[in-house]
Amino acid sequence: MNEILKINHLKKTYHTLEKETVAVKDFSMSLEEGEFIAIVGPSGCGKSTILSILSGLEEKTDGDIFLRDKQIGYMLQTDALFDWLTILDNCLLGLKIKGELTEEKKEYVIALLKKYGLGDFLNSYPNHLSGGMRQRVALIRTLSIKPDILLMDEPFSALDYQSRLTISDDVYNILKEEKKSLIMVTHDIAEAISICSKVIVLSERPCTIKKVFPIHLTNGSTPIENRKTPEFPIYYDQIWKEIDYEP
Amino acid sequence: MSREQKNYLKKRKRKKLLIVSLQIFLLLFLLGLWQIAANQEWINTFIFSSPNRVIKTILNLHQDGTLYHHIWVTFYETILSFLIGTLLGILIATILWWFDVLAKVLDPYFTVLNSLPKVALGPIILIWFGANIRSIIFMAVLISIVVTILNIYQGFQNVDPQKIKLMKSFRAKKWQICMYLVFPSNFQTIMATLKLNISMCLIGVIMGEFLVSKEGIGYLIMYGSQVFNLNLVISGIALLSIMATFLYLLIQCLEKFFVKKN
Repeated sequence: MNEILKINHLKKTYHTLEKETVAVKDFSMSLEEGEFIAIVGPSGCGKSTILSILSGLEEKTDGDIFLRDKQIGYMLQTDALFDWLTILDNCLLGLKIKGELTEEKKEYVIALLKKYGLGDFLNSYPNHLSGGMRQRVALIRTLSIKPDILLMDEPFSALDYQSRLTISDDVYNILKEEKKSLIMVTHDIAEAISICSKVIVLSERPCTIKKVFPIHLTNGSTPIENRKTPEFPIYYDQIWKEIDYEP
Repeated sequence: MSREQKNYLKKRKRKKLLIVSLQIFLLLFLLGLWQIAANQEWINTFIFSSPNRVIKTILNLHQDGTLYHHIWVTFYETILSFLIGTLLGILIATILWWFDVLAKVLDPYFTVLNSLPKVALGPIILIWFGANIRSIIFMAVLISIVVTILNIYQGFQNVDPQKIKLMKSFRAKKWQICMYLVFPSNFQTIMATLKLNISMCLIGVIMGEFLVSKEGIGYLIMYGSQVFNLNLVISGIALLSIMATFLYLLIQCLEKFFVKKN
């Protein structure tokens, strides 16, 4: 396998008037091409900070990040669709910002939308779409710039349980088919096990890696099916115990 | 369509009709009462005037041709100050959004300017700019611009942080965040400010005309009160009410036009 991202001893400190907070103390990981990795941990432990740094939204305090010429796409907690733009224009936003909006790339985005069941909604506005569909649009908006690595920050947390399950299947299939790599941050252990092949458990803030679980499921397929495998509850239990849930 | 739906629609229509007819009835009732009170000499028509006299006064102004001149002057001044105040206000709000240090520095000054009754500056404005249209425009712009800046700047600051994060994740430059996100997401705020602004400008223009006293509806009212012609004063107020309504509708049409375009 081909390693495309390596993080060594990443550290991040925040400064406020009252104090200095170490959000991330020591975090290292590597990601191989096509690999799906989940980062789980107690809330407020600094999981999202790691993604923010990887996507360039925030500066790291210390440590090294090696990225081999790879494009990164960031999918946020909410879909953040612009109500005043059509579905197609929403998806073209990234290309427009980067000044790379060519006919060819536009065709690629339209093809993606059509392929993933949004062909009839190219010229609709976001408020006509269901939560799950909006999330799919947000994903295609992220894919429009052809990223190699996708970062997802609790991507489905705004959805109801039923839609969450369906959209995880959708996203999983889309990412596998488009041959992307994924790092997702979540507090939902079941989601992490069912989607990813490796789960990194973080400690309380200031966060460090507590344990890494490689996930091997017999007859694993899509996330919904993965939940039915015999190993699933065992992993769930192990990871649950690993995360400190302070009462 | 089911019978229930039809009944429902009928009910809604009837209610709407009732409200409109009551509104018209109330207006006619008040005007009628006023006229009767004048005819029966319950009130002194010299200081309270009457609908009849108001109509006659307006007809007289129409006959000697000055009516349209005064209406035009006030209308023109209002529109001009509205355009200046709005464009300048949006520009300044954008600059404040761009340079947040500047916004923090100017914050107390805006607070003072906002609470200061701008009429108090009238005499100075008159001396600085002279008894002409420039004083009037300056007054009206001064009254409308502070509210414009504060409202729009607040709208700019309330842009969804997730959307800003999204723009930044695409490495958007500041002007791109401004053009693609901040402006379009504040369309409603800007429209609401325009509606507020047009009435603020009318207030400013009338105050300016009181001071300058040369032409316009404000001048008619001022002049009327000075020569104790209350018919003229009330005619002026009636004309103003009509103009204010007209201007409001104008902005509403503008809003509809933009909504359709988007």
